[in-house]
Amino acid sequence: MKTFVYIDHFKGEIQPASWEAIGLGKTLGSVSAVVFGSGVDAIAKAAFEHGADEVFVADDPALEDFRAEPYASTLSALASRSAQSPDLILFPITARTRELAAMSAVDLSTGVLTDISALEMNGDQLIATRPIYEGKVLEKTVCSGKPVMASIRPRFFPKPEPDASKSGTATKVEVKADALTTVEGYSASESAVNLGDAGVIVSGGRGVSNNPSLQPPAGMDERQAEIWRAHQGFALITELANVLGGAVGASRAAVDGGYIPYSHQVGQTGKVVTPDLYIACGISGAIQHLVGMRNAKLIVAINKDADAPIFKQARYGVVGDLFQIVPALTEAFKKKLGK
Amino acid sequence: MKIIACIKQVPDSEAKVKAEDGKVTWGDAPLVINPFDEYAVEGALQQKEAQGGTVTALCIGPESARDALKHALAMGADEAILITDAALAELDTVGAARVLAAAINKIGGADMIVFGRQTLDNGSGLTTAQTARVLGWPMLGLAGQIKVQDGSVTVDRVIEEGRQTVSAKLPAVVSVVQSIGEPRYPSFMGIRKASKANIPVWSLGDLGIEAPAAVVARTELMNPPVKDTVVEMITGETPEAIAETLVEKILAEKVL
Repeated sequence: MKTFVYIDHFKGEIQPASWEAIGLGKTLGSVSAVVFGSGVDAIAKAAFEHGADEVFVADDPALEDFRAEPYASTLSALASRSAQSPDLILFPITARTRELAAMSAVDLSTGVLTDISALEMNGDQLIATRPIYEGKVLEKTVCSGKPVMASIRPRFFPKPEPDASKSGTATKVEVKADALTTVEGYSASESAVNLGDAGVIVSGGRGVSNNPSLQPPAGMDERQAEIWRAHQGFALITELANVLGGAVGASRAAVDGGYIPYSHQVGQTGKVVTPDLYIACGISGAIQHLVGMRNAKLIVAINKDADAPIFKQARYGVVGDLFQIVPALTEAFKKKLGK
Repeated sequence: MKIIACIKQVPDSEAKVKAEDGKVTWGDAPLVINPFDEYAVEGALQQKEAQGGTVTALCIGPESARDALKHALAMGADEAILITDAALAELDTVGAARVLAAAINKIGGADMIVFGRQTLDNGSGLTTAQTARVLGWPMLGLAGQIKVQDGSVTVDRVIEEGRQTVSAKLPAVVSVVQSIGEPRYPSFMGIRKASKANIPVWSLGDLGIEAPAAVVARTELMNPPVKDTVVEMITGETPEAIAETLVEKILAEKVL
């Protein structure tokens, strides 16, 4: 089987799940990495090091910023050249690849299996497993078009170790510069967070605003005081996350409360995550939250309420005040991890 | 400005959805307008208020999906159209995009088509880009803010890495995210208007197209594996003692 793997990157940062897609493709046969952008030699080199047998590069100033139309046209043109024609195109799932794969599937009269967590061969048919109803149900699904297109969820497939001795010469491919949009500016958000790739996530819920011993500065109304308290709570959570090299997550209640930006939200209307360690602080465990984190390898819950549903999902639980437990945990980890 | 908001009807987000006898079931939970599509209707209404014009809500679904369209009307949409046809039962996203594009053409086009970021049921989030591709229009995805001026639209695109400002000439297809603003509640007048509204129903024949053949198909449904972990409660005299025990336990699991 011949697989294309689209290497997703933003401002030179490569999505690690791109390498996981190469690893998956190698289990099925040969892998050609596909790299689009402007000045992407380093990315092509990294693709060889991660095991690509071949690398196709479209390197052009017109592809400097990701834009769905020219990227899709360039990919569709490459995939429909008979000598290159792949059986499968894999993508790491991101906002960009969702649009790219969607458009290319229209061009190639095929379909996309998104957010897959498993891919198996049955005879000569590829069967993917993906979540529907935000993970409340799983489906096995097939694509009868060619090539099959599939985007993988991060951290579900093993990541190949890079081998610096592997190299090759990238093959230039024709660029289609049919952009219909213009990127006029970009600002990195201070709350930018990549929960999908995080190995450790420490999350806060409504409980983070619930520290009555904190005296908010004078002049705040009740709502401002609540948010001020929540920020102090999330500061403790952030410290713990930092010691563990992890990311900060949040429940919908915390996001709706204005405690933390939406980009941190874990759950049905936020991000579905699969870290190795998930520490839920002051999160009761509404179903919307549970479907977003229950696949974590190890779940630890800290909550004042011993009856909170989150404890049913957890391996370890602490009934207690997160404002005491979380800082104590930070200190204990610092000591143990020698930080 | 002529704006079309594309919506879908899904089981309520609180519903206990599960796989049962090869089907997806949700008990007696109500069917509602897809929560992300409420933001699409909100975004469309904001543009109508800023620019003048009309908002049409468009939905593919069974007869029951009328209620989702009525919700859009009650929020303030001017008209609603339901596309329903027995041949649409096995639609995939490319097929949905082709049907929507045919309906948009039958309406006589538009200046802007607005979608929610994804649906709560299939959740693949592909239809917006595919509809744009079928129409040949620019796609502006994940807009947290929309500004229209002099025949162009500029959006604030919210991605994991931050925010991008992206623009295109109208007509364009836009998907919106939550930062567009909380969807307004239907007003009393809106609900009355919606209850009396005449919602045209179009079949594939009305659109002049055949049912698109589905390329993507489901072969099996499963409930996620039930975890058999039993929680172990960590107790101690002081927070420090609890923390110390908990850290030992976590490190022993070798997940770090």
